[in-house]
Parts: sequence; structure tokens; C-alpha cells
Amino acid sequence: MATVESPLPVATSRPRALALSTRWRRLAGSALFYVLLAIVCLIWAGPLIWALGTAVRAASQPLGKGWLWLPGAPTLENFREAWRSAPFLTYYTNTIIIVVGILACQLVTSVLAGYAFARGRFPGRDLLFLVFIFQLLTPITVLIVPNYLTMRSLHLVNSKLAIMLPYLGSGFGTFLVRQACRTVPIEMEEAARVEGANWWQLIWHVYVPLIRPALFAFTIISATYHWNDFLWPLIVTNTPGARPLTVGLSAFTQAGETGAQFPLIMAGTVLVVAPMLLAFLLLQRQFIDSFLRSGLK
Amino acid sequence: MAVASPRVEHVRARSTVLRRVAARWSGLLLVLPALAFISAFTLWPTLHVLFYSLQRHDLAHPTASFIGLANYREIVDDPIFWRVLKNTVYYAAVTVPISIVLALLLAVALNQKLPLRGLFRTAIFYPTVLPTISAAAIWLFIYIPDLGLADRLLGLLHLGHHNWLGNAHLILPALMVIAIWKQSGYFMIFFLAGLQALPAEVFEAAAIDGAGLFRRLWSITLPLLWPTTVFVTTIALVGAFQTVDQLFLLGQGGPNNASNLLLYRIYQEAFQNFNLGHASALTVIMLVLVFAISVINYRSLERRAYYEA
Repeated sequence: MATVESPLPVATSRPRALALSTRWRRLAGSALFYVLLAIVCLIWAGPLIWALGTAVRAASQPLGKGWLWLPGAPTLENFREAWRSAPFLTYYTNTIIIVVGILACQLVTSVLAGYAFARGRFPGRDLLFLVFIFQLLTPITVLIVPNYLTMRSLHLVNSKLAIMLPYLGSGFGTFLVRQACRTVPIEMEEAARVEGANWWQLIWHVYVPLIRPALFAFTIISATYHWNDFLWPLIVTNTPGARPLTVGLSAFTQAGETGAQFPLIMAGTVLVVAPMLLAFLLLQRQFIDSFLRSGLK
Repeated sequence: MAVASPRVEHVRARSTVLRRVAARWSGLLLVLPALAFISAFTLWPTLHVLFYSLQRHDLAHPTASFIGLANYREIVDDPIFWRVLKNTVYYAAVTVPISIVLALLLAVALNQKLPLRGLFRTAIFYPTVLPTISAAAIWLFIYIPDLGLADRLLGLLHLGHHNWLGNAHLILPALMVIAIWKQSGYFMIFFLAGLQALPAEVFEAAAIDGAGLFRRLWSITLPLLWPTTVFVTTIALVGAFQTVDQLFLLGQGGPNNASNLLLYRIYQEAFQNFNLGHASALTVIMLVLVFAISVINYRSLERRAYYEA
């Protein structure tokens, strides 16, 4: 274990000139530090700026020539063309149905189970909770092969339901709700019971309003995760009609890659990225707080 | 004891028994919906894949048959498996420490009061919310020879042109750069939260005692943030082992498996080679690896927390 050693004695009466030069050195140091930090942030923003710049690049501007970021007058033609050349509207609808459907089911199942684990006493509770923890630790994307076999035997391949089913019970959501329910004073539950509330009134009128921050955080994490999910929807679908945006974008990119259609592809990419990115920019604090919970400390 | 007619007594007794049974089992009923989904799509597949990894099931053998550990033996004898495993470990061993150190440094830097701090934090964090496949599409264009951003920036220094994704030596590093860019901001917010939870007096005292920036970082910040670091390492390792989405757009594991990673290999075996036995055995190996990482790190975190308590 490292211990903080007793500091060296500091000279108490330094000459004025020296103090001034140290101050200057410090100022130069923090200016250098700030410039360095700004450069790192610019590098991080680079790919997005590059994508946006390319997406609004006019067809008359050859790639690889001209000013790096924004050559010529910007145009929205690429977006129109991208929207025309791939069924983005279908992809959008599918993604929204999948994200909302998964979230709605997860909220119901997680609130019920989370409340029961926090306040209920029933046989096998701790053992069952281990099952939920197991799901928390098991990356569901690794289970693509057996889950695909399940969907095939249920004749659900190439449906939105197949994309949603594996996610409808959430160990993570249950865990979050359980933690949140435990912070609700038990007296509130007892008071509601005395007034004759049954179990669902108890959950709906007492617990849900009080654990709303946790539910909101879960909403952001779940929506982001499923908006971005790629591998499972790719495997379990095989026609554009059932596919979400991510899988559609991948097909769109692979089709255009050889034809040097990059402004078009970047426009398609921006179309896919935009909703999540806008939501993030508008709700930054909530996003970051929610992602912190995804750490489950 | 209150006197009541036997009939009333009987009804009351039955209703209390019922109520007791209901109270005893109602919790289970509430858990049931979530439990059903988790059992069907996490528990059962785990058992299913264990069982399936002992079966011969590929294009030449359309009906599955029990073959013991033969799939595992074949995988161990397969040089591609070792190549893929080596790539995955190499990928994790490079991206995880670099991302974590970067995240920690950025957190320390962006925890100070600075002009434009909010904008800087946004710039570092935004890749987290992008779909990996969209990020891959952007980077595909960055890595395009000559026309891409990478070659054009290097071209300014007369260091152009590279076939980033077609060169067996360059493609894995190119993928690592993307991972570091995409995840450092996510890890940073855990360190930021950790820093904000630390008592400010400790730092003030150290500064007064004349401890420099790096000394403070090394002797105070780092030990106090140790639990956060262990935790971030766990999610980083688990994430690195599951890297797959970007491979579909960037190189598809090639050239000659130079950028192939474990989960992509599972996909190839199952959905391109149609060898479900091999894919299942690989899945089992992967599950064991990911589980081991979680458990080992959870243990060390617990122990650490115990010492600090």
C-alpha cells in the first residue's frame, strides 16, 4: 500500500522574482495542458465532423480533392438519394417498434420481479435471484447460436418478434428496480396496505412514482442498446421487411462500398445516427447519469 | 379466546390459510413473467449449447448425433481457432489498458473547472451512443486508401498511402483505434463520478503540502479510485471479448483471419460454414472466458472493498 510520505519542507520566504517566474511557468503549463486537451477533443470529434461534411458534399466535388472538411456549398441531395435508394422508412418503423416493444415489456416484467425481490418473501427467492444475476453476467449476444435454433423451431425466423423475444425479461432491469424499491420506506407500503390497497395498487401508486428515476435511467439504457443492436437482428432476419436500421445500414454500406458512393453512405449513416445523437445532445445529463447506472455499483 | 360458531370458525380458518398461501406464493407469481423469458432465452440456451457442443451437426451430417468431446478436439487442432484466440487476447490486451488510462487522464482533466468543459466532455462521450455499425461505416470511409481521412491527414505529412483494412499487419491496430475512440468516453464517466465522490479536502491538503500533480494522481487519486478501476476493467474486458459488429463492415475477419475475433468466428462457423457443433463448442469456450473475467474481477473488487471498509 502506498502511503503519502511526509512532504519536504517548503521554503517559506522565497525571493519575489522566483515566485513570479514560478507563476509564469504554471500559467504556461496550464495553457499547454489546455491546448493539448482541446486537440484530443478535436480528434475525438473528428470522425463525426468528417461524416457530416461528407454527407453534405455535392456530387460535383470529387472525393480526395479540395478542402478536407467542407468542400463547396453543402447540399441535402445525398440524403434524398439515400432515402430513395434503400427502404429507410421500413427500417425506421421496424427499429421504433422493436425498441418500444422491448422497453414496454421489460418495464412491466422488471417492475413486478424487482418489487417482489425487494419486498416479497417467498420460497426459493434467493436461488431465483441468482438466475437473474446469471443473466446479468451472461452476454446474451454470445448465445446467438442456441437462440437462433430456438427461433427456428418456433418458426419465428425473420420476424420482429424474434428480435424482441430474448430481451423481454431483463436481469439488469430487475436488479435496478430491486435496488430502487429498497430505498422506499416500508412504512409507506404498510400505510397503503392498511388503507386496503392490493398488490397492484401498491406497485402502481406507491412504488412506481417513487422509483421513477431508476425507470427513466433504464429506459435510456435499454433504448440506446436496442436502437444500436446489430448481430442478433442480422442473424434472425433475412429480408428488409423485418430488419432494423442497423442491419439496413450495413447492407446499404456493403452495396455502395465498391462504387465509391461514400457521400451517399455517409448520408445514410447520419440518418441512422441522428435520432440517438440528438436525444443525447438534448438530454446529456440524463444520458450520462443513466449510463453510470449501467455500471451497477 | 372469542367464542364463534364452528361454521364461522371454519370459514375464517380456511380464508387465513388461503391468504397465507397467497402471501407466501404471490411473490413468486410476480417474478414469473421475467423468469419465464430469462429461462427460455438465457438459461435454456446455455444448457442447450452445452449439449449441442457434444453433437455432430454440419452440412455433411444434417441430423445431429452424439460425438462426445470431438468438436472440442477438432477446435483445439484448428490453427484458425488459435489465430482467432490470439487476436482476441491481443485486441483486449491493447485496447483495455489504453482506454482505461486515457479515460482516467481525461476524467482528471475534465474534472477541473475549465472553459468549454461541457463541450469537451460531450466530444469525448458521444461515440458511446453511436451504434457500433454506424461508427464502423464512418471509419470504413476514414480508412479508405488515398481518399479517406487517415491517408489524407498522413498525406499532409507525406506519410500517405496505406491499405489499412487490406493489410494483415494494419487491420487489427486499425480496429483497436476505433475501440479506443468508441469506449474511452464511456469509461471516463465512471472515473468522473468516482472523482466527484472523493473528499476535496484530501487534495487540498496534499496541494498545500506541496505534492505535485503527478504525485497527487499516483498517491491519492489512483488508490482511492481503485474499486472504480477494477470495475471498469471488468466491463472493458467483457466488452473487448464480445467485439463483433464492426468486423462485418471492416475486413470481415480478413485478410486471412488477421482480424478475426472470437464472436465473429462463432458467427462464421454457424451461419457461413453451417457447422453448428463447432459453433456451439466455441460458444461454450467463450461463455467460460467471459464468466471467468466477471467472477475474478468481482472477487477482487469484493476483497478490496472489504479491506477499505
